[in-house]
Amino acid sequence: MAQTLEIRRSSASMWGSHTGIRTAETVAKYIDTTTCIGCKACEAACQEWNDLHRVATRQTGTYQTLPELHADFWNLIRFDERDVDGNFNWLMRKDQCMHCADPGCLAACPAPGAIVQYQNGIVDVNQDKCIGCGYCATGCPFNVPKFHTSGGKMAKCTLCVDRIDVGLEPACIKACPTGCLNFGTKEDMVALGNGRVKQLKASGFKDAVLYDPQGVNGTSVVTVLKYNKPDWYELPADPHVGLLVRGWKNVLRPLGVFAAFAAVVGTFAHFATYGPKAPPEDGDEADRGSGQV
Amino acid sequence: MGFDLSLARAEVRQFKISRTTETRSICPYCAVSCGVIIHTLGDRSKNATSAVVHIEGDPDHPISRGSLCPKGITLKDDINNPMRIKSPKVRRPGSDHWEEITWDDAIAGIARHLKDTRDRTFVAKNAKGQVVNRTPGLAMIGGCTDTNEFNFLQWKAISAWGVPYRDSQARV
Repeated sequence: MAQTLEIRRSSASMWGSHTGIRTAETVAKYIDTTTCIGCKACEAACQEWNDLHRVATRQTGTYQTLPELHADFWNLIRFDERDVDGNFNWLMRKDQCMHCADPGCLAACPAPGAIVQYQNGIVDVNQDKCIGCGYCATGCPFNVPKFHTSGGKMAKCTLCVDRIDVGLEPACIKACPTGCLNFGTKEDMVALGNGRVKQLKASGFKDAVLYDPQGVNGTSVVTVLKYNKPDWYELPADPHVGLLVRGWKNVLRPLGVFAAFAAVVGTFAHFATYGPKAPPEDGDEADRGSGQV
Repeated sequence: MGFDLSLARAEVRQFKISRTTETRSICPYCAVSCGVIIHTLGDRSKNATSAVVHIEGDPDHPISRGSLCPKGITLKDDINNPMRIKSPKVRRPGSDHWEEITWDDAIAGIARHLKDTRDRTFVAKNAKGQVVNRTPGLAMIGGCTDTNEFNFLQWKAISAWGVPYRDSQARV
C-alpha cells in the first residue's frame, strides 16, 4: 500500500497501528452558520466528487433537500425557520459526519478495521471490511452513518480523505461561494471560530458560541452558532458515546473472549491433570444393558 | 480481537483526478462567470478519447477563486447531457419544427435579417423634420453571461445600427 496516512485507531482492534513515527496535524472543517446562504453548493460538490448516486429529494416544508442524511447523500444543509425575539431567523447548518476525536461509531463497530480514525483525525468507513450491521449508526451521537441498501455497507462523509491525502481541501469547502466554510488544522479552525464568535458578540449576538463538543473530545468539524441553542440547529447539546456501547466493547466483549479462551485452556488443563475419562470400573456390560440406573 | 497487522496503513480511496487532463474554462450560467477546471479522461494522446469526468473551481481565477455555486459544480452533467444542443437551430417562418444549421449559415442569416429589417424600418427624420437616424424595427437583448467587454462592443454595434430598444442584461 502506498498510502501516507497512519491509523490512529481502528474498530474492534486491541491496538491500531499507530507507530507514531511520523507526525500529522489534526485537520478540521470550519462552518460559520451565520454567513451560510443555503445555496447547497457543498451538497452538489459532495455528490459530484464522491460519485454518489442521485437521490430523489423530499419536500418537508422547507428548502431542505432531504429530511436527514442518506447513504447516497453525505452532506445536507438543514434549514430551520425560527422566531427569535420577534425577529424571523433562517438558521442553516451544514450536517455531515462530525469526525469526533472519540468516535462513537468506531467504538460500536464489531468488524475489525471497518471504521478507522486516521492520524489526522478523519474517521472513515472501510467498505472492504464493513459487514453492514449498522452498529455504528447506534453508536453515533449525531445520527450520521447510514446503511446503503444496494451496497450492503455503511456510508458517510469521508472528509474527502482522498483529497486531503494528496494535500487538497475537501470538495464541499472548496465550493462554498460565501466563504462560510473553511478548512485547515484543528488549531487554526478553532482560532478562526473563536474570532468569529467574538465578532458576533460585539455585534449584538450575546450568546454566540463555537460548537466543538467536549463530550466526544471535540470534533473535526467546528461550527459557529449565532445562538447557544444547539437543538435549534438539530445538534445534540452534549453528545457522548453511550455507556452501553462502551460497556459492551470495553467490558463484555473482552470478558467473552476471555471466557472462550479460558474454556479451551481449562479443558486442556483438565485433560492434562486428570487424563482421559476412564470407563466406570464397577459397572459391566450387563448393567448397562439391563436398563437399571 | 483484531490482531491483523495489515491495518498498518490507511486504505484511502485513490485520488481520482491525479492524471486527468485539466482545461481552464468559464462557467456558462450567470454574469459572475466563475472560473472552472474541466478534468477529462486521458492525456489527449492520439488514441485517447476525452470525456469530462470532473469539474471543479479554478483557484487561480480572480473572480471566484475556486468556489462555485451548485449549478457550476454540476457542470459535468450539463456537458454530458444527451439533450445538450451542440449546433445552431432555426425555425423558419410558418415552420413547425427546428432545423439544424451551421454556424456560418446562422451568422449569415442573422446578418441578412438585420440588414433587411434595418433597410425597411429605418427612420432618418421624424415628423418634425429632425434628424433621428433610428431603427425602431429592431431590439437587442443581451445575455446574462456577457462580460463587460462584450457588453461594450454590443452597445457600440447596436448604437451604430440605430437601435433604440436595448437591454444588455448586465446584472453585475
